[in-house]
Amino acid sequence: MKRRTLIKATAGAAALGLPAIRKAGAQTAPTRNETLILVQEYGPNSMDMQGIGAAQPVNGVSLNCYDTLVRFKRKPAGDGVTVFDLENLEPGLATSWQIASDGMSCTFKLRENARFHSKRPVTARDVKWSLDRAVKIGGFATTQMAAGSLEKPEQFVAVDDSTFRIDFARRDKMTMPDLAVTIPFVIDSELAMANAAGDPLAKEYLKNNVAGSGAFKVESWKPGTETIYVRNDDWACGELPKLRRIIARDIPSPSTRRALIERGDADISYGLPPKDFKDLADAGKVRVAAVPVPNAIWYVAMNAANSPFNDVRLRQAVAWAVPYEKIMSAALFGRGVPMYGGPDRVGKIGWPIASHYKTDMEKAKALVAAATGGAGLSTSLVFDAGSATIAEPMAILVQESLAQIGIKVELNKVPGANFRGELNKKTAPMVINRFGGWLDFPDYFFFWNYHGNNSIFNVASYQNKAMDKLIDAARFATDPAAYERDVRAFLQMGMDDVPMVPVCQPFHDVAMQKYIGGYHYAPSREPDFRYLTKGA
Amino acid sequence: MRAVLLRFAGAIPTLFGVVLVTFLLTRVLPGDTATYFAGPTASAESIAQIRTSLGLDRPLPEQFWRYLKDLSHGDLGMSLTTGQPVKTELINRLPASAELTLSGLLLAIGIAVPLGVLAAVRQGSLIDHACRVVTTAGVSLPVFFTGLVLVYVFYFLLGWMPAPLGRLDAFASPPPQRSGFYLLDTLLAGDIETFRAAAAQIVLPAATLALFALAPIARITRASMLAVLGSEFIRTARASGLSGPTVVITYALRNALLPVVTVLGMVFSFLLGANVLVEKVFAWPGIGSYAVEALIASDYAPVQGFVLTMAILYVLLNLAIDLVNRAIDPRARRGA
Repeated sequence: MKRRTLIKATAGAAALGLPAIRKAGAQTAPTRNETLILVQEYGPNSMDMQGIGAAQPVNGVSLNCYDTLVRFKRKPAGDGVTVFDLENLEPGLATSWQIASDGMSCTFKLRENARFHSKRPVTARDVKWSLDRAVKIGGFATTQMAAGSLEKPEQFVAVDDSTFRIDFARRDKMTMPDLAVTIPFVIDSELAMANAAGDPLAKEYLKNNVAGSGAFKVESWKPGTETIYVRNDDWACGELPKLRRIIARDIPSPSTRRALIERGDADISYGLPPKDFKDLADAGKVRVAAVPVPNAIWYVAMNAANSPFNDVRLRQAVAWAVPYEKIMSAALFGRGVPMYGGPDRVGKIGWPIASHYKTDMEKAKALVAAATGGAGLSTSLVFDAGSATIAEPMAILVQESLAQIGIKVELNKVPGANFRGELNKKTAPMVINRFGGWLDFPDYFFFWNYHGNNSIFNVASYQNKAMDKLIDAARFATDPAAYERDVRAFLQMGMDDVPMVPVCQPFHDVAMQKYIGGYHYAPSREPDFRYLTKGA
Repeated sequence: MRAVLLRFAGAIPTLFGVVLVTFLLTRVLPGDTATYFAGPTASAESIAQIRTSLGLDRPLPEQFWRYLKDLSHGDLGMSLTTGQPVKTELINRLPASAELTLSGLLLAIGIAVPLGVLAAVRQGSLIDHACRVVTTAGVSLPVFFTGLVLVYVFYFLLGWMPAPLGRLDAFASPPPQRSGFYLLDTLLAGDIETFRAAAAQIVLPAATLALFALAPIARITRASMLAVLGSEFIRTARASGLSGPTVVITYALRNALLPVVTVLGMVFSFLLGANVLVEKVFAWPGIGSYAVEALIASDYAPVQGFVLTMAILYVLLNLAIDLVNRAIDPRARRGA
């Protein structure tokens, strides 16, 4: 209790002393060069990425306003763009960490001078409270933690104020990278609990307030309209960001977002249709930073559990009949990496990799004839109306092409809210969709999309005991040679059995003015303001 | 006064019906809220957890009872897409929609009524044909298209208009909240600079709406004026040697206004709900775009709140129209 009073007293004194310091440091209002204007389709629906129902943009709040124990190092990806390096971590709130000799725990030393926005020092108790919360709260946060074998609060130990330990549930190569994503962020537990009104997880308070230590604070948040971030000048976990103020406006119409970036009224524009990105990149007035989304593909999945596509010949026929080139040019406008026409046998391992299929109507016809005896068949294809800009032309091209090999396809465009429900039913014969995991491992992708545990993303409802065994072995393999062997085997099996036909690895495109520098791509795809610069 | 109270009492069953129907409609629609909000890597358990926490696993009558109970406390529920209580969102967003709609409507009246009167007075003239062309174009061009064309021409090509970034440009800060109408609030605060900024932002979206609202107003003004101009008291007035303007404005227009006001009310309420697309193009933070976003996400509470708000607005608006009609036309007073 005494300690706490002391902390409060020092925090108070620091706060009192602040105006004087501010003046001495010549703190003026942020200039236009220190202010970034970003336009996006929609903004955050919460300030709490761990909370249930947090939308995609909430990742940005987590990334910029909170700290994690460790961060991904940045590696250059050409054209002044950096991307996260899954295999190399750098200090965040933890200045150093040590994996125990038995490989079953990791001990973190916390940064001495790290403080929350409330000026309270960050302690190991806050880290434990936050990680406990992530595994207890349910929903996406808990699922993502479990992906790194972070499953129970007992795994997290606050050894003393500045020492924190994680006991591993098993040896899992995803545990350490999973600590650097936007879920296990560290919350000011005292501030949260003081405002929690009895809720042990302070869900309501944290949904509407940021209680972090990160590089930015949220100055104002008007859901559906605007979010304004200001720099936290006391940020201890890295080099002080160049930008002091970020105005993120929600502009629903993509045409308006494009006009804004072309006229120079916005500095960065997120989420345009691929055709607009192509036009912008071709015109060359603004810069389009294109990062192939790690781990992600657009695919055509076929329900391998039910007729007709439980016949592997029909699945292969579709894989030979997909009009890949046309899709690349007319649906994606070249904004992606082709994932077809690769070698017959899987060469270099990784994900995504190009399949050996390419458009070959003769082969496709022969396979259909063998499977149906020339009778042909009719079926239906589902895609998400929310991603119709790409999925709809893609679906139409597939429909046209399959008609030539005697497969009549009826298209079924399903609104966003129903699409997940449709996937969950697992009855759709064909689905066009896109998937990518944050943790860029082939076994991670296959675990979600090909494993017999039949997650919602195993859209094909693909069941294969041999495949499951290979995936499970690869996930927890410790021997690199065995890992490579298993991965190669399941990649090959995935290509031969082809429950989903890889089409392309999409680009994550962001349009920005030429004077914007330091663009960094994080796994969550949200903008990282900490490294951005704006030179006139 | 008694008539007003009676009208209110008569609206209660209507409102209850609206509550019931929207509740049922949102539930009957396909789409699973829990799955949608469980996020990309949701497991069956996490979806079930969300369903329980939203109360969606209960039987429908119980959900409806709980909804009614919340309503009686003035609680419209929580939006999942924006994470905020629906009531605060509607209160924050309604002024934006109302300001835009009113500006659009005033602009439309300012053009359409004189146009309609002139077209009626000089029937078959050039101005009559112009009126016909404008109204046909206004009705047949979809609002999002006119909106985009206006943005393209006046912002993108010519650069005369500010960026379509919503109610204020990114560097201006909103005036202290009084009415929620930026144009009014800035004047009340004496902040001329922000008033200019807000006015500049509203010009294009208001013009888009006005173009759409022009048609019904101009046509009804013209038709109504024609009917009145052909009636006997006008002939009497002309025969008595009254001047042209006096006859047209004092006698004819006043009598012709009754259907115009009725149509105005309809157009206003229609615009309030239908300016969704204009709100989208101009990033206007109004209630229309709010409701549509919610509908796409199967987010029940905002949709129900929106429909209820609109129903209440319609009731109030119809009442106001009746009162205005009584003020304009003594005959309407006896009729009730």
